[in-house]
Amino acid sequence: MDFSKDLALIRPELSLSIFAIIVLMAELLIKRKEVIALLSLLAIAFTGIILVNTDSGFAFNRMYVSDGYSLFFKLLFFVSAILTILLSIRYLGMEKAHYGEYYSLLLFSVLGMSFMASSNDLILLYLGTELMALSVYVLAGFTRHRVKSNEAALKYFLLGAFSSAILLYGISFIYLFTGTTNLQDISLRISQGDTDPLLLISLILIASAFAFKIAAVPFHMWSPDVYEGAPTPITAFMSVGPKAAGFSVIARVFIVAFGSIAFNWKVILILLSVLTMIVGNLLAISQRNIKRMLAYSSIAHSGYALLGIIAGTPEGIASTMNYLLIYTFMNIGAFAIVIILATVTSPPPVTSPPIVGEDLSDYEGLAKREPLWAALMLIFMFSLTGIPPTAGFVGKFYLFMSVINAGYLWLAIIAVIMSAVSAYFYLRVVMLMYMKEPVKAISAHPSLSEAVAVTISTSLVLIIGILPYYFIEFTRAAMSL
Amino acid sequence: MGYPVLSTVIFLPVIGALILLFISRRQEVAIKGISLLFTTATFLLSLPLFFNFDKSYKGMQFEEVFEWIPAWNIRYHLGVDGISVLFVLLSALIGPLCVLISWDSIKEKVKEFYIALLLIEAAMIGVFSSLDFFLFYVFWEAMLIPMYLIIGVWGGPRRIYSAIKFFLYTLVGSVLMLVGIIVLYFNGGNTFDIPTLMTKEFPYKLQLILFWAFFAAFAVKVPMWPLHTWLPDAHTEAPTAGSVILAGILIKMGAYGFLRFSIPLFPDATKAMAPVMLALSVIAIIYGAVICLVQSDLKRLIAYSSVSHMGFVTLGIFALNQQGLEGAILQMVNHGIVTGALFLLVGIIYERSHSREISHYGGLATVLPVYAGFFMVFTLAAIGLPGLNGFIGEFLIILGGFKASKLAGALAATGIIIGAAYMLWLYQRVFFQEPNPNIRDYKDMNLREIITLLPLVVLVFWIGVYPNTFLSFMHESVKDLLVKLQ
Repeated sequence: MDFSKDLALIRPELSLSIFAIIVLMAELLIKRKEVIALLSLLAIAFTGIILVNTDSGFAFNRMYVSDGYSLFFKLLFFVSAILTILLSIRYLGMEKAHYGEYYSLLLFSVLGMSFMASSNDLILLYLGTELMALSVYVLAGFTRHRVKSNEAALKYFLLGAFSSAILLYGISFIYLFTGTTNLQDISLRISQGDTDPLLLISLILIASAFAFKIAAVPFHMWSPDVYEGAPTPITAFMSVGPKAAGFSVIARVFIVAFGSIAFNWKVILILLSVLTMIVGNLLAISQRNIKRMLAYSSIAHSGYALLGIIAGTPEGIASTMNYLLIYTFMNIGAFAIVIILATVTSPPPVTSPPIVGEDLSDYEGLAKREPLWAALMLIFMFSLTGIPPTAGFVGKFYLFMSVINAGYLWLAIIAVIMSAVSAYFYLRVVMLMYMKEPVKAISAHPSLSEAVAVTISTSLVLIIGILPYYFIEFTRAAMSL
Repeated sequence: MGYPVLSTVIFLPVIGALILLFISRRQEVAIKGISLLFTTATFLLSLPLFFNFDKSYKGMQFEEVFEWIPAWNIRYHLGVDGISVLFVLLSALIGPLCVLISWDSIKEKVKEFYIALLLIEAAMIGVFSSLDFFLFYVFWEAMLIPMYLIIGVWGGPRRIYSAIKFFLYTLVGSVLMLVGIIVLYFNGGNTFDIPTLMTKEFPYKLQLILFWAFFAAFAVKVPMWPLHTWLPDAHTEAPTAGSVILAGILIKMGAYGFLRFSIPLFPDATKAMAPVMLALSVIAIIYGAVICLVQSDLKRLIAYSSVSHMGFVTLGIFALNQQGLEGAILQMVNHGIVTGALFLLVGIIYERSHSREISHYGGLATVLPVYAGFFMVFTLAAIGLPGLNGFIGEFLIILGGFKASKLAGALAATGIIIGAAYMLWLYQRVFFQEPNPNIRDYKDMNLREIITLLPLVVLVFWIGVYPNTFLSFMHESVKDLLVKLQ
């Protein structure tokens, strides 16, 4: 292994780190924050080009792996970061919190997520997770003048620190048992020896830590508060980027390292998935704040996405990846409408006026005042419910197919029943928009970048819904664990 | 034919809807005109299905096949046979009528209404002509979105409650069918192609499970007792066009599902479960009819009569013999025409009175003679007067019912008597007696309204006098269905 070959493989990460630092420096020199946002967009696009031209293989003593799987997830992170940046510009200006560090932190978190997707070693995995988490803690508290934003950051940080500790604890048990942190070596050792109770404890610890990252019940407590308090673009980002990163490590660690004791971790994941689908969907029904509602919905969607990993087959993993891709577009799309409607009545930071567009009652009669945005919200709500011909249906269909094929018919039945339950709260938004009379004078003033983000999300939700072929083939080709 | 008929009639309304997107919402006349143009064109272009259909061939005709999602072996596969062709035609006919009847009554969000109407028409035709389960499910579910909006946005006072109830009921049933479809896929050799799956034989236990999974979806749609409670709410609260689509087409999709999927795919389970289904059908017939006797709401009465009439349809289907099946299919068409027309008529009077209470009316025959004439035709058709279409269907069904079970046949026949009672009593209370002061200055039907109803009157007499035109479509396909049951 020569060093230059290793470096060549991590070119995307190198590019991201350099750009993240450049963006941080640019903050000192450039007054107009839009320029910094543009710079960050270009940085991600540039890194994306590098990424698709990077070879696959192992690097740094098999600590780092570049394969189709990591490529898929990195592209997913980049897309979610690009959409987030597009949605942030006006929002941060409105909140008078437009600082360059925001974009730098976003890039750093994407860097952490990229390492997570590429980690073939528990140590690198931990480092990536921490880099991502630390950046997102700060981003969640970015609107400093808002109490809820501070609460979100603190809560996320405290609970996140616990989950990191639990992860480390689990990793140390594995090291104790196998003497290694490399995923393939762990798998080798496990298949040679018998399953130790210690190993099961470490599985539980690791699964709990990952469950925290993807907000699976019962490790979901942080997410409604954090999603509600964080600036909305960051909420949108958290619900797709870091969540997808969590899934990328769950699938890789459990399949690659613990593939031979799949029965043991499947029990844990099934329990998590069932609880997550039921609790997430049921609690979403009673929410009055759309960000909280989408937080619980996001919890529920983690439960669906786990189904593919439970199936454990290549098709299953591909269906989870496909679902995360689809979920990215439909959920960011839904948040994009919330962001477009977001306005403040008086200028912060002197006071912290409530942001219009966050309470569900703000959506009453929206179809009359803003027919276009209401119609798009309708598409995203139906997609989240999983009604054809939207992408959400294709995603769920693929998941159900793989989980039924793997023999878990009863899990699929729970999942479809809970999707029917979810129709109730998604449709309530539609009901408020279309079937009530407007009471509040809400009007949208979308900026160009927001319009671009919504256009991208909407078109993909519809295209994947109607012509899913290329996306399914793409995911299948990328699935290479 | 020079063009792919089925794709044309599915996508023409979609194109119409897309064009409407780009028309200013202030151009209401243009919006209505384009909707009428596209729905009429759809109907006219569907006519080759009527004239060029080969009645001597039992299999699928007008087939179109394209690869869609090769990864899952999913194809865009359309086609019709003797069972489905009449429903495609009926859906295409109902389209322009719905546009005409909504012309003046829809005043708010006009653009959205017609977009929803056009999309629902496309989805309905899609359901009846798809031969791939994935495609079928896409259309089956896609139709929920516009229907939910039509009930919820343009409906009556309890529209929101009714819309969500409709949506949840149907969705829960449908998702269970979705699971069934996927199980079928893996057990039938990884294919969603319906004609291919029909050639396979499934073990009895699997058939039974799948029969009930599909039952969940179809029984809610029909609706069969005791899953019918969404229907009176949805039909009553929906705007006229919505009620017409619900009664005319949407609830037929459930019965069509039994015919198209349950019988040929799960023949053994169907035979084993037929007694249960017959019992549920008889309960629906009598229960629906008795409830009609106590309704004070005009629209709700007609809605409940649907429960009773659809009971006849399921009775005919699960009698599992030639008469029963043909009677059921014909009765589905009849019910679509007659109940659709009755909802149109209720809509016409509601536009004048804004009241659905029967007690609001009385003596309408003296003030609106033309209206009373139309209403009389459809009332008699609903009762099953010989010479009108209802008679043929009900006669065949009861004939088939007697063959299957004497008790079921006898009980169903009493349903007809109660049916005559509530319809005639309704007619008496609304049209005869002293004119109610409320109704004195109501205007009779205008030309647009007469044109809307005329095609349906023609059909009522046509089927009543010469049913063979329509029965001849289904002979071969029904025979083929019965062969599968042997």
